[in-house]
Amino acid sequence: MNNQDLIPHLFREEYRKIVAVLCRRFGFEQMETAEDIASQTFLAAAQTWSLNGIPKNPVAWLYNVAKNNAKNYLQRDHLFTTKIAPEIKQTSTAAYENEIDLSPQNISDSQLQMMFAICHPAIPPEAQVGLSLRILCGFGIDEIADAFLSNRETITKRLFRAREKLRDANISIALPPPAEIDNRLDTVLATLYLLFSEGYYSASQDTTLRRDLCLEAMRLCYMLVENDATNKPPVNALLSLMCFHASRFEARISENGEQVLYNEQDTTLWNQDLIRKGAWYLKCATTGDHISRYHLEASIAYWYTQKEDTTEKWDHMLQLHNRLLQIAYSPIAALNRTYAFSKVYGKVSAIKEAEKLKLEGNHFYFTLLGELYTGIDDIKTNNYYQQALQLAKTHPEQQLIRKKIDQLPS
Amino acid sequence: MDQFMLIFRHEDGTKIASPEQMQIWMKHTMDWIGAIAAQNKYVGGNGLPFDNSKIVWHNNVVTNGPFGDVKETVGGYIIVKADSVDEAVEFAKGCPILGGEGNSVEVRRIATGDGVH
Repeated sequence: MNNQDLIPHLFREEYRKIVAVLCRRFGFEQMETAEDIASQTFLAAAQTWSLNGIPKNPVAWLYNVAKNNAKNYLQRDHLFTTKIAPEIKQTSTAAYENEIDLSPQNISDSQLQMMFAICHPAIPPEAQVGLSLRILCGFGIDEIADAFLSNRETITKRLFRAREKLRDANISIALPPPAEIDNRLDTVLATLYLLFSEGYYSASQDTTLRRDLCLEAMRLCYMLVENDATNKPPVNALLSLMCFHASRFEARISENGEQVLYNEQDTTLWNQDLIRKGAWYLKCATTGDHISRYHLEASIAYWYTQKEDTTEKWDHMLQLHNRLLQIAYSPIAALNRTYAFSKVYGKVSAIKEAEKLKLEGNHFYFTLLGELYTGIDDIKTNNYYQQALQLAKTHPEQQLIRKKIDQLPS
Repeated sequence: MDQFMLIFRHEDGTKIASPEQMQIWMKHTMDWIGAIAAQNKYVGGNGLPFDNSKIVWHNNVVTNGPFGDVKETVGGYIIVKADSVDEAVEFAKGCPILGGEGNSVEVRRIATGDGVH
């Protein structure tokens, strides 16, 4: 790997580790300082390495520079506080303890604790996702802006407000006590799922970036599975769900970036290794007596990895959606349930079910109605697809609907 | 929007139906509830089995039953959100237990603690 590729690669891998360790050491009051020191470390690397060549152990080099920068900062900070406020002196001995621990154990602990701190119920979900991308995944502002189809300025502001919230809410960087872990995990898992969905369903054209978002969400979820305190059934269920979905990543986007519908996907592109992993984590998820929405969604995702249309598949799909809707309603789950219903009871009965949903603002609703009326009433089919087309906001979605209209008998 | 309890009054299914019939009935019940949940109108619910159940009477006399007339025993309930009792009644009409003659679904508005109830 040459210098040009190495630094971005190391940045992605190491920036978040350095930030996590420094943040935990400094506290959220000095979060920006932690980020600055980490950034300066990479700036120094870019400058020094291009002059003197790449050191033998680039990671160790980075850690050393980060440690020294942090020590210098702490020393200056210490002098400043002792000079300005000498009465703090008694308590400052501990604060002056400035060894920065960048051991693998402390890096992993720090990242896990940061995850719980950032995914705190006091922080709005949007801010949690933004901060996670920046702090836990080491994404640049531009990348975050691309992922959210937003701009640099908006994202900078959003992250600024999110950091402010972290400080104001006085959130400590620590794992919650065992009694609270299940509750707090709910928020962490919701954020990781959101992060994954941002990548999976994003309208961004940048497929590499989208895949990175999904992989990062999976990596963070995997960290939770690897730690005994957080290796809980819903965490395994979420990881299983992500594996099943990610198995179709190659198949669902065509070479020119267009979305490929499930029924039209080339199944040889489905990643069997991820499907096996998904099945493994789903098995690991069955240890508790509580069934979370992730258990149900992972089971649904499992059936999607079975391409064949069997009675068994759709019976299970319908029952799983019935249960999922009882604990976590979403319009998309309601529409998917109705599709499963049509597979079990036929299109005519399903049309009655669909009409009760009243999701007139949702283009998928009209797409579903169009599909259900296909072969039953061509005029209605066409009308519903036209309505869907009007509501669809993104270009790929509009393209898919146009394709359906073109396929109708004229 | 109010909440209504839909109370199922029917004979103990385990006494009159085979396990296979019970399974089909269960599936239909889940489809019925799923349809309500798909409209975002489902709040919660439970089946109320007769085993491990007791009745506590005046003066704390405890018996194993009876749980009301055969056709009127309460077998379960769900709670739905609805704009009116009529909407709740429409939900109730789809309840699979109504396939059995003499069975019924009682629709009751849930008091909201609004000072009126």
